[in-house]
Amino acid sequence: MKSMLAVIRRDLLLAMRRKSEVLTALFFFVIVVSLFPLGIGPESALLRKIAPGILWVAALLATMLGLARLFAPDHADGTLEQMALSPSPLGLLIAGKIVAHWITTGLPLVLLAPVLGIQFDLDGGALWILVVALLLGTPLLSLIGAIGAALTLGVRGGGVLLSLLVLPLYVPTLIFGAGAVESHIAGMGAGGHLSLLAALLAVAVFFAPWATTAALRIALE
Amino acid sequence: MLTATGLTCDRGERRLFAGLDLAVGPGEWLHVQGENGAGKTSLLRILAGLAPPAAGEIRWKGEPIRMLAEDYRKELLFLGHHGAVKEELTPLENLMLAARLDGAVLDETTALKALARFGLRGREDLPVRFLSAGQKRRVLLARLAVRQAALWILDEPFTALDVKAVDMLSALIVEHVTGGGIAILTSHQAIPLPNGKILKVGP
Amino acid sequence: MSNNRVVQWFKYASPQSFYPLAGRMIPWFWALAAVFGAAGLWISFFVAPTDFQQGEGYRIIFIHVPAAWMSMFIYLVMAAWAGLGLALNTRLSGMMAQALAPTGALMAFLSLWTGAFWGKPMWGAWWVWDARLTSALILFFLYIGFIALQAAIDDPRRADKAGAILALVGVVNVPIIYFSVKWWNTLHQGASVSLMKAPTMAATMLWGMLLMALAFWMYSIAVALMRVRAIILEREAHTDWVKELDEVRS
Repeated sequence: MKSMLAVIRRDLLLAMRRKSEVLTALFFFVIVVSLFPLGIGPESALLRKIAPGILWVAALLATMLGLARLFAPDHADGTLEQMALSPSPLGLLIAGKIVAHWITTGLPLVLLAPVLGIQFDLDGGALWILVVALLLGTPLLSLIGAIGAALTLGVRGGGVLLSLLVLPLYVPTLIFGAGAVESHIAGMGAGGHLSLLAALLAVAVFFAPWATTAALRIALE
Repeated sequence: MLTATGLTCDRGERRLFAGLDLAVGPGEWLHVQGENGAGKTSLLRILAGLAPPAAGEIRWKGEPIRMLAEDYRKELLFLGHHGAVKEELTPLENLMLAARLDGAVLDETTALKALARFGLRGREDLPVRFLSAGQKRRVLLARLAVRQAALWILDEPFTALDVKAVDMLSALIVEHVTGGGIAILTSHQAIPLPNGKILKVGP
Repeated sequence: MSNNRVVQWFKYASPQSFYPLAGRMIPWFWALAAVFGAAGLWISFFVAPTDFQQGEGYRIIFIHVPAAWMSMFIYLVMAAWAGLGLALNTRLSGMMAQALAPTGALMAFLSLWTGAFWGKPMWGAWWVWDARLTSALILFFLYIGFIALQAAIDDPRRADKAGAILALVGVVNVPIIYFSVKWWNTLHQGASVSLMKAPTMAATMLWGMLLMALAFWMYSIAVALMRVRAIILEREAHTDWVKELDEVRS
C-alpha cells in the first residue's frame, strides 16, 4: 500500500513538472464542448437536450488524449522494468498509476463540467447529477483505458490503435453517464443509471488493474 | 547462490542460446560475454525474472525464482540499458522515489552522501535533464550504493562513464562482492575487476 | 484409459500433428457446408412461404440471422481459445484465435450489411439505432480492434498473448455492452420492430434458418482450419517438419 502511495505521489509530482500535458487535455475538453453550439445553433432547448451527450463524449476523448502517455514514458526510460522488479506487487503499483492518471485527467474534468454545463443552460439539479455521474464514470474511463494503453505499449501506430481498442469498451460508461443526466432532465430520476455506473466501477476496480498488469508483463518480456 | 540449468532463449523465430548452465555464489562475480545480438541482455532479463526462458530453470538459494517471486525481487537489483531516471525530477528525488518503489527506507542524508560519492554534490536539486549523459549514469550508480541487495544484475554498467566514474563503479562492485554479494554483468570493455568468472553466450 | 486420452489430446495440440489432421478434416467441412447450404437455400427460397407482412424481402433473414449468431458465437470461441492459450501456454490456441477473428469480423459485417438491406424496405431506413444493430456494430469494432492489435505486434507470441487479453476483456464487456445498448434503446424510443418477432414463424422458415446456420458453422470451421494451417506454415517455417512437407518442397 505504501509503495502504491509512492507511485501516486511520484506521478503527481511528474504531472506538476510537466503541467502542459494536463492542461492540454483540459483545454481540449473545453474547446470541443464549446464548438458544438457553434455547429448546431444557439437554441437553448436543443442545447439542453444534447448537453449530457456532448459533455460525456468530450470527456471520453479528453481522457483518451492522455492515455497514450500513461505508460509510454515509464516504458521508455526503464521505470516500468524497475516496477516489475520491485518487491511490491506490480498490480498495486499499476493501480497507483491509474489513480494518478484519474487525478490528473479525470478529476479536473469533473470540476470543470458544471461550468460548461451552464453554457448549455442546464439547471442546478442536472449539473449536480452531471458531476456525480462524471465522478463515478471518469475513474471507469481511466481503468478501462489503462488496459488499452498497456496492450498498445511500444506497438506500431499505438495511439490510433489505442482509440480503436478502447472506445468501443467505453460505450456502457457513455450510455449510463449521459443517460443519468438525460433521465434526470426528463424527470425520471437518475438513481438507476448512477447505481449501474457504480456497479461497473466496482467490477472495473478489481478487473482492470489485473488485466493491465498482465498486458504490461507481456510488453516487458 | 544463483544457479541456472538448461536455459534456452528464443527471440521471435530465432534461437539465441540453448542449454546454458551457470552458477554464481556469494563473493563471486560473473562476466557475461558475447557478440552483439548473442543474447547477453536477454540472458540478464531472464535471470532477473523479467522474461521467462523458453526452457530451463533458475534457482535462488535452491528455490525456483518463479516460486520466490517477491522474496527474490527483494534481494535483486537490476540495472538495464535505460536507467529509470526521470528527467523532470532532481537526482535526490529520483533516488528517494526509486527507494520507495522498492519498499525500502532511505533517509535523505544517506541519499545525499551517495550522490556526493558519485560527484553529484551541488547538483542534488537540479532536474536531471540539465545534467550531462555521464552525470545521468552517475545518478543511476548512486542507486547501487544505497540499495541493499544481495544480487546485482548490471547490463553494460560502464557505458558513458568517464575514467573516474569507471573507477568508482569498479570499487563499488568490488566492495559489494567482497562483502559476500553476487554481481552479474555485461560489458564490451575490459573490466578493471579482479578474478571474475566468465560466461560466453552464443549459439 | 482417461490418462491416455489426455495424452492423445495434447498430441493434437502441437502444430506439427494438428497440421495434417486439419488438412484431412477441411474437405469434409466444406462438403457439409455445401450440402447444408444447398438444402438451406432451397428451403429458404422455394419452400418457405411468402411472409404476409414483409413480402419476399424477409428472405434475407436466412442469411442475416445465422450470420449474427455466428458473429457472437465465434467471439466466444475465440475468447475461449485465447484464455486456454494464456492458461496453458499452448501455441496452437493463439493460432486458432487469430484464425477465427477474420471470419468473426466477416460474420459481424455480413449481419450488419444484410440488416441494412432488410431495414430499408421494413423500416424505411438503411440504418436504425436498434439495440441489436448497435451492439452488432460494436462487436464488429471489437473484432477489428483484435485483428489490428495482432497485426501491429511483430513478435507472434506477444501478439497472441496481447490478443488473448483483449479478447477476454472483450468477452466480459460484450454482455455489458449489449444490455447497456438495449437499455439505452428502450429509454430513447418505444418498442422497435423486432426482427425475430415475426407473428408466427412457419416451421419451414425455422428449418431453413437452422440449415443455413449449420452451413455457416461448417463454412466457418473449414475456413478457420484453412487459415490456421497457413498460420502454422508461416510461423513454423524454420522447423524441419515444415521443410519436409510435400507442399513446401515442391
